[in-house]
Amino acid sequence: MLRAILRAGLAAGAIVAASAAFADDDVVNIGLILPMTGQAASTGKQEQAGAQLYLQQHGASVAGKKIALIIKDDGGAADVTKRLAQELIGNDKAKALMGFGLTPLALAVAPVATEAKVPEIVTAAATAMITEKSPYIVRTSFTLPQAAAPMAEWSLKNGIHKVVTFVTDYGPGNDAEKWFSDTFTKGGGTVVEQIRAPLKNPDFAPFLQRVKDDAPDAVFVFVPSGQGSAFMKQFAERGLDKSGIKLIGTGDVTDDDLLADIGDPALGAVTTHHYSVAHPSPENKAFVEAFKKANGGLRPNFMAVAAYDGMALVYGALEKTKGATDGDALIEAMKGASWISPRGPVSIDPQTRDIIQNIYVRKVEKVDGELYNVEFSTIEAVKDPFKAAKN
Amino acid sequence: MSGEAARISAHLTRRARWGAGEIAFWIGLVALIFVAPSRALLINEILIAGLFALSLDLILGYAGIISLGHAAFFGVGAYGAAILASHGINDPIVGLVIASLIAGLVGLASAPLVLRGSDLTRLMVTLGICLMLGELANKNSWATGGADGLSLELTPIFHLFPIGFTGQRNAALYSLAVLFLLFALARRIVQSPFGLSLRGLRENRLRAGALGISAPRRLIAIYALAAVYAGAAGALVAQTTQIVSLDVFDFHRSADALLMLIIGGTGFLYGGIIGAALFIAIKDGLSTATPEYWEFWIGLLLVALVLAGRERIGARIAGLLPRRARGSAA
Repeated sequence: MLRAILRAGLAAGAIVAASAAFADDDVVNIGLILPMTGQAASTGKQEQAGAQLYLQQHGASVAGKKIALIIKDDGGAADVTKRLAQELIGNDKAKALMGFGLTPLALAVAPVATEAKVPEIVTAAATAMITEKSPYIVRTSFTLPQAAAPMAEWSLKNGIHKVVTFVTDYGPGNDAEKWFSDTFTKGGGTVVEQIRAPLKNPDFAPFLQRVKDDAPDAVFVFVPSGQGSAFMKQFAERGLDKSGIKLIGTGDVTDDDLLADIGDPALGAVTTHHYSVAHPSPENKAFVEAFKKANGGLRPNFMAVAAYDGMALVYGALEKTKGATDGDALIEAMKGASWISPRGPVSIDPQTRDIIQNIYVRKVEKVDGELYNVEFSTIEAVKDPFKAAKN
Repeated sequence: MSGEAARISAHLTRRARWGAGEIAFWIGLVALIFVAPSRALLINEILIAGLFALSLDLILGYAGIISLGHAAFFGVGAYGAAILASHGINDPIVGLVIASLIAGLVGLASAPLVLRGSDLTRLMVTLGICLMLGELANKNSWATGGADGLSLELTPIFHLFPIGFTGQRNAALYSLAVLFLLFALARRIVQSPFGLSLRGLRENRLRAGALGISAPRRLIAIYALAAVYAGAAGALVAQTTQIVSLDVFDFHRSADALLMLIIGGTGFLYGGIIGAALFIAIKDGLSTATPEYWEFWIGLLLVALVLAGRERIGARIAGLLPRRARGSAA
């Protein structure tokens, strides 16, 4: 037994030691930590493809440095995210960390980013307060208040007076509910009921029955990326699509990645969001075409764009610092950065390090036999209202 | 003392001695932390998973209680440590002890429910308790931070050794120390008459009962003790990563511990630690090589291990054992 124990221990030790990596001065390692497996795997897949596409299109060289992406799977567990972040900084000498599929995963890394002075670029998690947790956090995705408040404003102007809100019960959902409801009631609308569904394994049917019984003008919906198709199917099964109750929400529920799977029940849904695959700009057209080509026809969604822009942010910052990879210099270079993203013009707010971007009002329509979120109105350069309200 | 009792007592004393291999094993672990400081975090994760698997082994391997919801206690320990730290109890050791004891109390309270009925009901009850606790943590976000998770700040151990980002090696050594102490205690317990009586119960509850060994109390005791161990593992995760989120109650935590035990061997105290080392090291290697599809390879490996390798490895280990010292393990 003893020899066997020793042997097993040695074998494990060898594997552990062998997987340690090395670093090179001219190579800038970027750690991309994503949930590639588990419940949020679809986010990981889109983000990975988005970041890799940027690397492929723009080449690995910038300001005399070679960019290397190191992709790690955290499976959606915060302690693993944190360990991976520490190892990427400690062992791989990563100069920036990117990704973070869910709010707790982004928060787990915040103290590491602060202590190690390494930029943490959040390309997914969308709870508003994340960027306040470390001066080294920059965000290229969006915040829920940013997407939800414009929806309330549009509703008020378009004959919607009575609304039921329906959100998933966690950070981003609560943000969406609060900012939609506050803006809506301030403008004279009535929120009849606020419904929250659990994050894990939700069955939407009983909640939807309550929506139906309330008979509002519209139901405002937020569900996390990936749960939209289950929600929309049950929405149609309960006959809500034919009940005259309008479906409005942030763009998560009619996620481009899922629209084909949802099918016709999505038709007519009005959402506000920062990205649609149907965004009519030459930059987006080129982006979508290249993305589909590189990923076997997969449609990019807002997650892919955020990771693509995360890379754009890193490239831009390295050019500005002339290749210097010091964390403080990189963060300074990122503050106020602006560029044309596939989603339209974007910039990083120098005060909050959060993204400023256009929010589009879109309606699900059929174009050439495929469903798209077709943009019909634009609210320009929206800041995160959560942090704007504090200043 | 009758001849039989003397024989058993002598046998127990003999087995209680620490062998050279065992001592080498622990010294090897300490050395590993110093040899590979860059992998201290991974080693830390292995040590904690090993402790958690050891905890499961106490009830599964030694008392025959099947559980699919052992993460319940892991989660209670993790949140216990985090909530204590957020209320000003920032000393890691104090936090660890209190959090483990809280987990033990939860174990004690839920033991009567779990020990009722057959294996299948146990699977359901343990799973159900874990789900309930997970949902409680989710709902009571004023204390737990809900789905956003809870960060914790700790003072250095003995006010000397920080265990955060700057003290990664300290963190691994801290986990190793806790694992070793609890291991030594478990080793003592399973070799005690109490431990023997548990094995008797596992083998044949009716017959053990006929011999005058009362089942419920012993099973409740070991179940609560295992909960303390799982709570300690959870508290260690919380303290060394300084964040807790709802995934500590995830089903995969319970399932992974079971897998580690299957890899390393049940009813064998080193089984959990060896299984954890192999499982996590392989997982880390595979997920670095192929972050998207590593689950496929680990699945294949597990099937291969269970179908082809496990038996042979088990036989080889058994062959090295002095007589029947390992009992009916593996």
